Amino acid sequence: MILHPGILALIIGSTIVFVMMLYASIEGIRIISGWDFQSSSEKQLDLERRTYLISSIIKYALGFEVLSTLLFIYTVDDIHTLFVGAMCATGSLNANPIGWYALYSKIFVFFCASLWIMLNNLDQKAEDFPLIRPKYAALIFITILIGLDLFFEMRYFLGLNPEVITSCCGSLFSDTSSGIAGELSSLSMRPMMGTFYLAVVIFIAAAVLCMKSQAAFLRYVVSFLSIVLLGISIAAMISFISLYIYEMPSHHCPFDIFQKDYHFIGYPIYISLFCGVFFGLLPGFFQPLKKIISLRDTIMLSEKKWLLLSILFIMIFTAISSWPVVFGNFTMQGY
Amino acid sequence: MESLIWTENVTKIYNPRKPDEIRALEDASLNIERGEVVVLKGPSGSGKTTLLSLIGCMGRPTSGRIVVDGKDVAKLPERFLTLIRRRTFGFIFQQFNLIRNVSVLENVLLPLYPVEISFADMRGRGEKILEDLGISDKMQMKVNKLSGGEQQRVAIARALINGPEIIIADEPTAHLDRKLSTDLLRILEDLNITGKTIVIATHDPFVYDHPFIKRIVEMRDGRIQDIKLT
Amino acid sequence: MRHLKILEYALSSLLRRKYRNISLIAVYALTIGILASVLFLTYSLKLEATRILIDAPDIIIQRLSAGRHDLIPSEYAGTIRDIPGVGSAEPRYWGYYYDSLSHSNYTLIGIDTNLPGLSLLEGRMPSDAGECAIGAGVGQARIVGPGDTLTLLNSRDTGVEFHITGTFRSESNILTNDLVVMTKKDLLHFFDLPADRSTDIAVTVHNPDEIATIAGKIKKAYPDTRPITKSEIIRTYDAVFNWRSGMMLTVFSSALIAFCILAWDKATGISAEEKHEIGILKAIGWDTADILELKFWEGIVISLTSFLLGLLAAFIHVFFLNATILSPVIKGWSVLFPSFRLTPYIDIYQIFVLAFLTIIPYVASTIIPSWKTAITDPENVMRS
Repeated sequence: MILHPGILALIIGSTIVFVMMLYASIEGIRIISGWDFQSSSEKQLDLERRTYLISSIIKYALGFEVLSTLLFIYTVDDIHTLFVGAMCATGSLNANPIGWYALYSKIFVFFCASLWIMLNNLDQKAEDFPLIRPKYAALIFITILIGLDLFFEMRYFLGLNPEVITSCCGSLFSDTSSGIAGELSSLSMRPMMGTFYLAVVIFIAAAVLCMKSQAAFLRYVVSFLSIVLLGISIAAMISFISLYIYEMPSHHCPFDIFQKDYHFIGYPIYISLFCGVFFGLLPGFFQPLKKIISLRDTIMLSEKKWLLLSILFIMIFTAISSWPVVFGNFTMQGY
Repeated sequence: MESLIWTENVTKIYNPRKPDEIRALEDASLNIERGEVVVLKGPSGSGKTTLLSLIGCMGRPTSGRIVVDGKDVAKLPERFLTLIRRRTFGFIFQQFNLIRNVSVLENVLLPLYPVEISFADMRGRGEKILEDLGISDKMQMKVNKLSGGEQQRVAIARALINGPEIIIADEPTAHLDRKLSTDLLRILEDLNITGKTIVIATHDPFVYDHPFIKRIVEMRDGRIQDIKLT
Repeated sequence: MRHLKILEYALSSLLRRKYRNISLIAVYALTIGILASVLFLTYSLKLEATRILIDAPDIIIQRLSAGRHDLIPSEYAGTIRDIPGVGSAEPRYWGYYYDSLSHSNYTLIGIDTNLPGLSLLEGRMPSDAGECAIGAGVGQARIVGPGDTLTLLNSRDTGVEFHITGTFRSESNILTNDLVVMTKKDLLHFFDLPADRSTDIAVTVHNPDEIATIAGKIKKAYPDTRPITKSEIIRTYDAVFNWRSGMMLTVFSSALIAFCILAWDKATGISAEEKHEIGILKAIGWDTADILELKFWEGIVISLTSFLLGLLAAFIHVFFLNATILSPVIKGWSVLFPSFRLTPYIDIYQIFVLAFLTIIPYVASTIIPSWKTAITDPENVMRS
């Protein structure tokens, strides 16, 4: 086991958050089983007060998950020096393959917890707590996810063995390797560039249209497009954006951009992408809830905000990732 | 005049079905019109403070309906009750309930802190109200250094800062001498003239015998016994 | 806007309860200071070690016999020099000497030419038989200096006198503290080493990317040898320092846990006056979420203040007071301990990790007490 301070911090923090979420889930089960909005009994008032506690806990848990994802990436990158063959986070993650699951679970938890907080905010704006039961059922699901995340994290870090010779991004993200990473790296550049920028334009157009119209299907379209955009953006990162940032035609790694040598540009790029995708998901996700009368107006008001934020973040993401392509010294002639 | 506050069969039981159960209020039905001055009169334990706090959206009744300015508040979740309370009511408590070691201005502005209003606008409002009440020269002093009468005015200023329509006063003269009580009632009368509705809970005859009181609601043992026009 | 206003009220509220909060901040800052000291010290040492290793040879060839370190034939150097890509291959002559007088180990090294990267404090390097230059630690242990004589017992248990020609500078202490440098001939004679053997061979390589390949070739040419590359050494240092700092952090986390219990206790034991104050706020229009936000800001202010104070204290402790409290555990156990100034170096990652380790447990321990305070019934204020 590697007793690295960052690893300790992550494991201790994750454990604390998981324990807090377990407590929140238990309270959630109490609320689901005892909730009777029509009653004014002491018990009901007590349950209403407990909803504040659960909201507090989840907000802290989400804040922690966001920070811990950043810390995880940085730590995984920092420990790469301990492994033969590792030159960045990819190498560290390859040293114990469960590391990739740890990374994916963190990202998934981020999205789920953020969605829950949005759901909670909406529910609290209605006078009759319309979503109380589905909300706390979802909470239990999120707690399980956080538990899983903790499990993967611990399995990963505890199973790390510096004796293991690992392979790094050079071999994983190379044109000639097999697997998705290799496929993405070998995508030819011009078509990929075209696809990426087209996807961004289509997404922004759909979002703007959605702001102006009340059509339900548009909201689903925007949400669907935001997921598609996430996939295309990551493919674009691996396929060509990374090349321009590293100024090397064979360096496809999507993680090295988190390093100091590249001015930590990875952080703003991925943060803006994830935020943009997240806000783009919301309109479609909450569209079915417009059936609930007490929520309809709130959702309609919030939609505009979400779409604007989504457009803004996607534009920031596109601008930052395109900067080296457009203004950098590096050109890819004949590739 | 239209009805501003309306209660129907409101009951409040503390610790129901327990050995220390208290039936503080039973079947209270009351109608208060806009611009009225109403006194809830009765000895301690009569339920007047409970009725006052329920009208003032400080808690939820065990059963019954309460409608304030057209809105049914009996079943509202806490955050909505708070919004209505903030917007509609100004409270004057028995004990002033000012925060010690805090300045006069800050005490007066406290109800505006959770509201989306800038520091500058907030201060402007506070300074104006303190000036209207004649204590703007004491703005930066800590409240515990003020006299009883000055503290009373600060409490009133705080109750008015949100521009509420209804003033709720619970035993406002309990710790005041005759002069200060007279001052208080004069201020309340002036507020009524500007259109505010006033509800006072008291067992002090100096209050309920005052000419500006329009109606007296007599209470005993948690029930409304009688409603008299003066 | 309202967030700023609630923050302002939080600050005013904290200032009004100065004494209670100061005691909390003091304990919190102390806990953070200890953890921060551990992190700063290990990181700084790690950096120092890595910096020093820059001048180390790219590969060190040792010979193994029955799995243990043995002397290596000096002629191996000739063959190694011929491998394409090798810059130089020089046999090194050195060994450990246990000095019973000072109960410490010295490193004796025999040179033909000047050692690179080292400078003398006073005097000159040994050039003739019977001369030596010593590290500051040796000088202190035996209370000798340039012009004096150093007597060491050789392998035949005979005392050998060396005239001290110079002492090494204190900046190079970490490398030279326990060093006794003499001529190569003197060293071979002192340890009774065969003339055709050396302790190990230091190899430099033109292209750093080729180090692993060349190490492989050397191993193939001489299967009885063990080539140790610089990166392996760096990795080992990394691992050791990580381990040491991790271990210390684990130990001191008990301090953190104790603090969190204190924090919980303080938060739960809210005074009647404070409870009344919250009741007033709720009565005049603050709702539970506003009070929770107030408590959140109070927690943040206390955390950040303690964090900064703790960091400052740790910085002073490690970089100005030379980490007097923590050094023995982190640096390792050796009697001859070099004194050197650590280069102040902290990076954002360390600070982030520390914030994680200290602020999260504190926040977690105050969530429930804060909530209990926030749900105070405003009705109670009417009845008081």
